[in-house]
Amino acid sequence: MFEHYLSLFVRAVFVENMALAFFLGMCTFIAISKKIETAIGLGIAVIVVQVLTVPMNNLILHYLLNEGALAWTGVEALAALDLRFLGLLSYIGVIAAIVQIMEMVLDKYVPSLYNALGIFLPLITVNCAILGASLFMVERDYDFGESVVYGIGAGVGWALAITLLAGIREKLKYSDVPDGLKGLGITFITVGLMSLGFMSFSGVQL
Amino acid sequence: MAEKMKTKELLFGPIFDNNPIALQIIGICSALAVTTNLKTTVTMCLALTLVTAFSNFFVSSVRNQIPSSIRIIVQMTIIASLVIVVDQFLRAYAYSISKQLSVFVGLIITNCIVMGRAEAFAMKNPPIPSFIDGLGNGFGYSVILLILGFCRELIGAGSLFGMPILTKVTDGGWYIPNGLMLLPPSAFFLIGLIIWGIRSVKTVQVEKDAFTPAPHTRASEAF
Repeated sequence: MFEHYLSLFVRAVFVENMALAFFLGMCTFIAISKKIETAIGLGIAVIVVQVLTVPMNNLILHYLLNEGALAWTGVEALAALDLRFLGLLSYIGVIAAIVQIMEMVLDKYVPSLYNALGIFLPLITVNCAILGASLFMVERDYDFGESVVYGIGAGVGWALAITLLAGIREKLKYSDVPDGLKGLGITFITVGLMSLGFMSFSGVQL
Repeated sequence: MAEKMKTKELLFGPIFDNNPIALQIIGICSALAVTTNLKTTVTMCLALTLVTAFSNFFVSSVRNQIPSSIRIIVQMTIIASLVIVVDQFLRAYAYSISKQLSVFVGLIITNCIVMGRAEAFAMKNPPIPSFIDGLGNGFGYSVILLILGFCRELIGAGSLFGMPILTKVTDGGWYIPNGLMLLPPSAFFLIGLIIWGIRSVKTVQVEKDAFTPAPHTRASEAF
């Protein structure tokens, strides 16, 4: 059991890295990776939101949307419903709501963390990596335990990638890059090389 | 006449001068993974252009009724509903493509182009110009995606739209496909090169140095 979870975690972090293998969350990945500190802040925020939203969406799927999922209500008409077409709308709603609630809770109880993450929280709602993880969870049919592990793994993988990229970009600004490639261009090439590096994990069998 | 100029600008501006992918760095998220062959690329381009155009149209039509504190949620609901329509349509009429696109159709919701245009343009302008702006930005996105899809499928698999163009060695021809083109990293390299190309022509877009060595510094000291 433990081994199964561990292999799922390692796969989510390295082999199927959200940013470098699936290109998810690219907009923020490129835009907010100029400094290591902000990159780490955003990375942590993504991990936290990921850990909350993936299992939450898993529960929504299994107890509200799936075919026959509403059987627990005991009403026959409801038990026959298949609401999976509402999936996208519910997942994004859950994500937006959780981010909003987290913002309020942090503001009230952990103001220091709120100030550190403050500007990143609203950005996270539109981060494709968050919705992407929920959709992958649905597509691969994870159960609740797996979805918790997958949420952590996907978040950690993304955070790792953005921190690494920020580290490289901090050094990169001292180098002499051809004019047209400056900034954005060279960043893309760097990400390409990183992605090439991460591909070496793809043969790993767990 | 002025009105006509504006329409033209809205439609064609985002293609080269203000390309959403190459200049504004938005909407790359779900774009790269679908460009391994042209069939999925074209489907994705159509889907995104339609969603952007219609979401702009609808957001703009209700823009005066939306309280600003919940506008993001309202926009998201509109966008998500449109994406559900597209998703269901693909599942019904193009199931194999829909399977290949997997989660990336759903990810149109969080595509920054759609949200960005709704927030930046549709909230301030009447429905018809917003619709055209959405189309224009969709085209800007499509141009880059089609270039990527074309290069990746031709070089990586020797075919276009699944039709063999260069006969592969395995089929008795001469072309040895470059497998790297089908893998994730190649998309990054290609986009980097496209940006380089655009910026060599349009030098206004070149970014400034984040760091310049002080004058009279020896190269060995500066770096």
